[in-house]
Amino acid sequence: MLATEARRVAAIAWKDATAERRSKANFNAVVFLAALILLLFGFALGPEVEALQQAAGGVIWLTVLFAGVLSFNRSYEQELENGALDMLLLYPGDRRSIFIGKLIANLAFVLLVEMILLPTAALLYDLPIARFVVPLGAVIALGTIGFVTLGTFYAAMASRLRAREVLLPLLLFPMLIPLLVAAVEATGAVLAGDAMGDAGAWMRLLVVFDVVFLVAAFLAFEYVIEG
Amino acid sequence: MSSTETAALPVRPRWHRPFGTVALLFFIAAQAFGYFATAPERDMGNLQKIMYVHVPAAWIAFIAFTVVFGASVLYLWKRHEKYDHAAASAAEVGTVLTGLTLALGSIWGRPTWGVWWTWDPRLTTTAILFLIYLSYLSLRAFTEDEERRARWSAAVGILGFLNVPIVYMSVRWWRTIHQVQSTPGTVDSDYALALRLNAFAFLFLFIYFVASRYHLARLERTLEARREEAALAGGPIHV
Repeated sequence: MLATEARRVAAIAWKDATAERRSKANFNAVVFLAALILLLFGFALGPEVEALQQAAGGVIWLTVLFAGVLSFNRSYEQELENGALDMLLLYPGDRRSIFIGKLIANLAFVLLVEMILLPTAALLYDLPIARFVVPLGAVIALGTIGFVTLGTFYAAMASRLRAREVLLPLLLFPMLIPLLVAAVEATGAVLAGDAMGDAGAWMRLLVVFDVVFLVAAFLAFEYVIEG
Repeated sequence: MSSTETAALPVRPRWHRPFGTVALLFFIAAQAFGYFATAPERDMGNLQKIMYVHVPAAWIAFIAFTVVFGASVLYLWKRHEKYDHAAASAAEVGTVLTGLTLALGSIWGRPTWGVWWTWDPRLTTTAILFLIYLSYLSLRAFTEDEERRARWSAAVGILGFLNVPIVYMSVRWWRTIHQVQSTPGTVDSDYALALRLNAFAFLFLFIYFVASRYHLARLERTLEARREEAALAGGPIHV
């Protein structure tokens, strides 16, 4: 039973990833936008490199949020054409597999964007990311899981409404404030060498956020996806 | 359009109007008590009186969001539209009260702290709650299908409520690390009595407002049903 659901999850994640890989249009646009936002923050806060380094945690995460939010609606919009989503819902099996599948595809998408975004930020703002790959990777992963979980969940609704472009960030960003605070503080602490040992506490908060909303979104998804 | 099956208009409960009148009178009395019967505070003077609206508004707003949560869970469980009406009503009143809390806190903060806004944990948490429930209401406004709106907003109402303790914790840690003082909350018994009276006054007004909004939601629903009926009957639509 579980193995069947796992196959359904893998199939949906693979389908979404393949569609993305073959078009590439969206990925390239989002990466370009992310790099552009980093550059714009440089103009807004620079050119003193200290000021940029101080703000780096916040800049990186706002860039992730603003660029990443563009990717969630697309995950459902493709399905809405030609009634593909209705077909998907007609297939037997647990609908929550659709959520997990889309979550994995979106997670891969956003993590890939971040893998380009972070070196770009390091380059532009002179950040020592090479020295802190492991703790930084952990913070990024924890923050991204929470972000993508809620993004995938709210996009299931927003993508089917007229005002989807504005409604998704409107629904998503207020909910993400604790995640933003924790991720920014943890990233800043890690990049500063974590002398005060703050990063661990913030990462625990990220874990709590991720677990609470993974469970809640997983359970609530079936009420959101139908009709 | 002469439809024999036209749904009857829902009737306002009998207790409703008298209760509203009593709630309003009680509110006026509680405010008067707070204003005239308690001495002006030593440092803040009459500025302290704003506590009798600011604090009850904040408390009742929190009750309102708890009602949204409870009604949302009940809706997903029972799928009866009355729970959706209740959640929507409590969310609207709660959002107004949260906005009131913020505005009053700001008015109090300007002379006390010297600034309109400070990143105090409770203030910040309240502002985030305001945004979360505004987005809840905008989802409702943008979703046209009645049943879908009820399901979606129930899910969003539950997730939003789950976020409240996480928001509070994150903001508090954030402020602790950045070292900003908070205000002491030691309160004299006279003030406490006035505060309690006003809290109940707000609670009664809250119940009245939610009941009014609930009644309105039922009227709206009946109107929608009549519209649908008229459309199906094929005649011109008179509303």
